[in-house]
Amino acid sequence: MAMTGVLRPGHAVVRVLDLDESVKFYTDVMGLKETGRDKSGRVYFKCNEEHDHNSFVIRKADSAGLDAFAFKVLNNATLNELEGKLKDYGVTTERVPAGEMLETGERVRFKLPTEHVIELYAQKTDVGNGIGYVNPEAFQEGLKGINPLRMDHCLIYGPDIDANRKLFEEVLGFGMVEHILLEDGKTDLATWLSCSHKAHDIAMVRHGEPAKLHHVSFLLETWEQVLRAADIMSMHRVSIDIGPTRHGVTRGTTIYFFDPSGNRMETFCGGNYWYPDMPPITWTWDEVGAGVFYHDRKLNERFLSVVT
Amino acid sequence: MVRYDILIEDTGETYRCAETRSLLEGMEALGRKGIPVGCRNGGCGVCKVQVTEGSYVARVMSREHVSEEDEREGRVLACRVRPTSDVHLTVIGKMKKSVVRRVETAGAPTSHST
Repeated sequence: MAMTGVLRPGHAVVRVLDLDESVKFYTDVMGLKETGRDKSGRVYFKCNEEHDHNSFVIRKADSAGLDAFAFKVLNNATLNELEGKLKDYGVTTERVPAGEMLETGERVRFKLPTEHVIELYAQKTDVGNGIGYVNPEAFQEGLKGINPLRMDHCLIYGPDIDANRKLFEEVLGFGMVEHILLEDGKTDLATWLSCSHKAHDIAMVRHGEPAKLHHVSFLLETWEQVLRAADIMSMHRVSIDIGPTRHGVTRGTTIYFFDPSGNRMETFCGGNYWYPDMPPITWTWDEVGAGVFYHDRKLNERFLSVVT
Repeated sequence: MVRYDILIEDTGETYRCAETRSLLEGMEALGRKGIPVGCRNGGCGVCKVQVTEGSYVARVMSREHVSEEDEREGRVLACRVRPTSDVHLTVIGKMKKSVVRRVETAGAPTSHST
């Protein structure tokens, strides 16, 4: 089996300013399915097509941003092995007991050099995608909102993205799919890393402040659904940052928009695939605009400065 | 619909803003400029303004960008306040030079424009 170790992004925990308004947004506009609430007040969601109990969790707080981003690993043996590798690498890890998050097993939590909290876990209850494992129909009918297929990746902002990349590559088995270089032609402004065959499972941009969130991204099936998502956003007066457009990096089609607390989200479709034998794609500083926004061929002023 | 006159003191720009819209939304809807536009939802802090005259009602804003003292003294996010009278304001938001400054922090050149 080729796919072992870290399998995929598992859940993102995001801080919101107004819980009821946010639940309404993620349910009615995004079309996520609410799957539970816990004693601490966190609200759990999954995409309808996802199998595991939750992939997106919100918590009321007095500031917006990302509490944690988690990856699911193959099994408990893998979790133990990766915890050992992290410790050997000099990373401080912490075990969060099973059940601390609803329907989620024990988590190994640690901080990246950019101070983002990352978690690894092996178990989350499979609640199914509504069409079953035996003779499934094509899709569930009567679903509302944008209704993405899955929580796909995140883009984080922080200072030492070189140390982040080293950790992801050397300890967790990720590879670099694409990167944008600064004017010196050597230093990375941004990197896109994959633990799978995807164009990215996590990406990072060099930035003055640590622990910042640029966006959490949700996958759609077609470019037409990206356009439909934009229509739904406008119907609900969602704050759109940019799009629909295409990224040069990954070649995915995209909309960046903001949730009711100002956390940037993305709905996207398509893009590159990746295997570990492929060399990374390089974007040079003079084409950074086209790399990020392929049609405009320039950054918008918010890309490098608006984060939560 | 009740509308109020909003004056951006830095630029002298004025626009009419409905009482149902935030100061930022009112500005953007008319294609006006002057207050930096970020997330529009109280989270990122780039549209921070000092209200120097007038009254408004405010919604919840990120404490990372607006302290209780800020809030008491009229330093608020333009995306989260709706006018209840004519309003004068000055811009204290951080968008203007942030791209250059932050890329400088990262050891990058300063000579690009966005």
